[in-house]
Amino acid sequence: MPDLSSNLAGIKSPNPFWLASAPPTNSGYQIMKAFDAGWGGAVWKTLGVPVVNVSSRYAAVNYRNTRMMGLNNIELITDRPLADNLREIEEVKKYFPEHAVIASLMVESKEQWHQIVKDVENAGCDGIELNFGCPHGMCERGMGSAVGQEPNVLKTIVGWVMEVATVPVIVKLTPNISDITVPALAAVEGGGNAISLINTIQSVIGVDLDTFVPYPVVDGKSTNGGYCGPAVKPIALNMVKNCAQHPDMNLPISGIGGIENWRDAAEHILLGATNVQVCTAVMHYGFGIIREILPGFERYMTEKGFNTMDDMIGKSVNNVKTWENLNLKYKVVASIDEKKCIECQLCYTACEDGAHQAIGLKEVGEGRVPYIIEENCVGCNLCSLVCPVEECITMVRRDDGTEHETWKEYMENDKAPTTFDDDRAGGKHHWVPAPADALKKKK
Amino acid sequence: MAEYTRPTSEKEVAQNFESIKPLMNPTMAHYESSRCLYCYDAPCVQACPTSIDIPLFIRQINTGNVDGAAQTIYDANYFGNACGKVCPTEVLCEGACVYNNQDVKPIEIGRLQSFATTKVQQENKHLYKAGAPNGKKVAIIGAGPAGISCACELRLHGYEVDIFEAKEQPSGLALYGCAPYKITNKEVLDEMAYLQDQFEYKVHYNYRIETAGQLAELEEKYDAIFLGIGLGNTNTFKLQGVDLENCTGATEFIEQIKLKPLTTAVGKRVIVIGGGNTAMDAASESARMGAEEVTLIYRRSKEDMGAYEFEYDLAKAVGVKGLFSAAPLAIVGKEKVEGVYLVKTKVEDGKVTNEEGSEFLLPCDMVILATGQQKQVTFLEQIEGLELDGKGRIKVDENTFQTTNPKYFASGDAVNGGAEVVNACGEAKKAAQAIHQTLSN
Repeated sequence: MPDLSSNLAGIKSPNPFWLASAPPTNSGYQIMKAFDAGWGGAVWKTLGVPVVNVSSRYAAVNYRNTRMMGLNNIELITDRPLADNLREIEEVKKYFPEHAVIASLMVESKEQWHQIVKDVENAGCDGIELNFGCPHGMCERGMGSAVGQEPNVLKTIVGWVMEVATVPVIVKLTPNISDITVPALAAVEGGGNAISLINTIQSVIGVDLDTFVPYPVVDGKSTNGGYCGPAVKPIALNMVKNCAQHPDMNLPISGIGGIENWRDAAEHILLGATNVQVCTAVMHYGFGIIREILPGFERYMTEKGFNTMDDMIGKSVNNVKTWENLNLKYKVVASIDEKKCIECQLCYTACEDGAHQAIGLKEVGEGRVPYIIEENCVGCNLCSLVCPVEECITMVRRDDGTEHETWKEYMENDKAPTTFDDDRAGGKHHWVPAPADALKKKK
Repeated sequence: MAEYTRPTSEKEVAQNFESIKPLMNPTMAHYESSRCLYCYDAPCVQACPTSIDIPLFIRQINTGNVDGAAQTIYDANYFGNACGKVCPTEVLCEGACVYNNQDVKPIEIGRLQSFATTKVQQENKHLYKAGAPNGKKVAIIGAGPAGISCACELRLHGYEVDIFEAKEQPSGLALYGCAPYKITNKEVLDEMAYLQDQFEYKVHYNYRIETAGQLAELEEKYDAIFLGIGLGNTNTFKLQGVDLENCTGATEFIEQIKLKPLTTAVGKRVIVIGGGNTAMDAASESARMGAEEVTLIYRRSKEDMGAYEFEYDLAKAVGVKGLFSAAPLAIVGKEKVEGVYLVKTKVEDGKVTNEEGSEFLLPCDMVILATGQQKQVTFLEQIEGLELDGKGRIKVDENTFQTTNPKYFASGDAVNGGAEVVNACGEAKKAAQAIHQTLSN
């Protein structure tokens, strides 16, 4: 049995699955329930200055029959009294001494930071997370993402916290910035012990087409919210990877963004996260989803021979390169398994209209299974992505694996092409239909 | 006891004939429409006799444009809801759904179609209005699927249209012939009212055109005449005893059930003779009307039946028993039917022959003949120059739908010999377009 115990900058938890600071961690009741269900840690809903919340706070993107593919919210930090939260932190730690309870904090002045750090430490929290990410409401008051977007301010505030903190400090970053490694390095320079990312992405989720008011609606008006849920995972993975790869970013990472099942968690961890935090999936399905995450993750670790979390963390980091380091001689082409094809011809229309006209249809009466025009296939994957049948369209390697050339090598050896003679696009073998041929196609 | 007891109230009739394709609610429609793959050159469209752009209307339902979905359907087929419910979708659109190739349940296209069309009907959203009058008049004989479809299309082009219907109600076999568990009378008539509201054609009910004099009058008053007359009564082939009391034709029996279910007489032990879809309907409906024992008799094997497999399955599901390779020799009884004298058959060189000495009597108290409908030859022979083919079907030009008398056009069962509602709708729409072309030249 693999050992799932986790250690993020000295914060220990029985497993790497934490609840992110958000509505599911609003109270001791919820967190006790979550720990009882199997979660390893929880980052308390952000404590800080008094706030007032609005009514109507969330809105979602549904994709066809899938609800809440993405969620946005305009809720602020906790609106429960600090004393209540502190008392509950203490109580939770009494019941669950082995579980990680992290206090998420957001205040303004140095004095406030010093005071609240002491307060939560006195309550017995195992770590502190600095909320520099919230992209709505609080940022208008100079907090949240307003800090995360100003590396110098971020560094200064981390410094204030480090002056008094005795437990590990995690700096939570906003993705609403062009280069995530800049605030990550500021966190390093400020003396933080770990970073967590991503917070939510600034967003407008959609518009009520009858009233012309975007969602969520507050008395006929809306405001931008923070976007999260399955839709943001790819953005989160990229940012986690960027931080994990940066040579000067030597802090452990808590990965957040779009995690709903064991696979999502494994991806974050393979790309460099030491542990992960989950919110939207719990808001959708409740704490019970940990029942799927834990055994799925454990089975995966066993299958891959990972005995501890350290065996697994960052395994994929070195498999992400800059484009210029990719092998230009690698070539795959699509292959259709005629026995599996259900004849929807989605691959045909996708390639014909959306790619390289590399899939053909047989004459009427000869069947509906499309065929690959290999000379035109650039190996883009599109057909295999749209195919609704598992393993029907696969990408088959065509180069013999002996050649390896990269753009970087071209540049270094002064071999940059001066003509358009790539085999795979408008060059020697690939053909492009004449524009007017478009009008001859049967509709 | 049989599964169904004799219904004694409208409520019990409704229970016994509960819809097999009930109206979807918006949640069901959303989930089902989400499954559509939006195939290229979609096989479902190719399989539809009216070529409805099915992936398009399903996507329109999915994006909340249900009115647009209804428009897509009605643009191709004026009997949008009726066809969604009575079409043999299992062998048409849904049978062609590519999901079948993956052993995944095909999209419930028929029910989605009815979902969209029912919504616009219930909200009385008008999608069409008649074209500006073009001064020309067309008479339509028969307010069945062919006649009504032709009328709608002609009205779009501004023709004045008079429909002459022998019966009391419109829609022909959609009303009088379709099994109630497929579609209710109300559903059929609601759609008819919805169409007439928009297209404003005139229908003269209880107005049978049967004499040469009437035809001459129509020829004089109208620029063209469309024959949407369908078929006639059940064929009574030369079988001893067909005149006995409690021996009836399937079409007539089904019509009775549709119009007066509570007073339609049904035997305790019913024998249905025939192997087509109408035989399956008649057998199913007998069982649902409370018959204790219903036996289908077909002279060839089960596999040879003309009925769709799912129609036989529907009949079996309500307790109907099949008796194959048996041919009726005579219906026996004094005044009323008492049984059918049968003989076992075998097929030799493709021909059915009776096995001598294998005769037996199957007692029953009702016989339903589902042996096809007659062509309306006597009526048609009054039209000058109108030619019929060897099977009594009206000959038409396949492109213009014009008969051999240039004043007359025709489509539907009278031309195709008897097919589905959807075939009549598709053909009549094309015929109307051809009439428009011809009269415009």
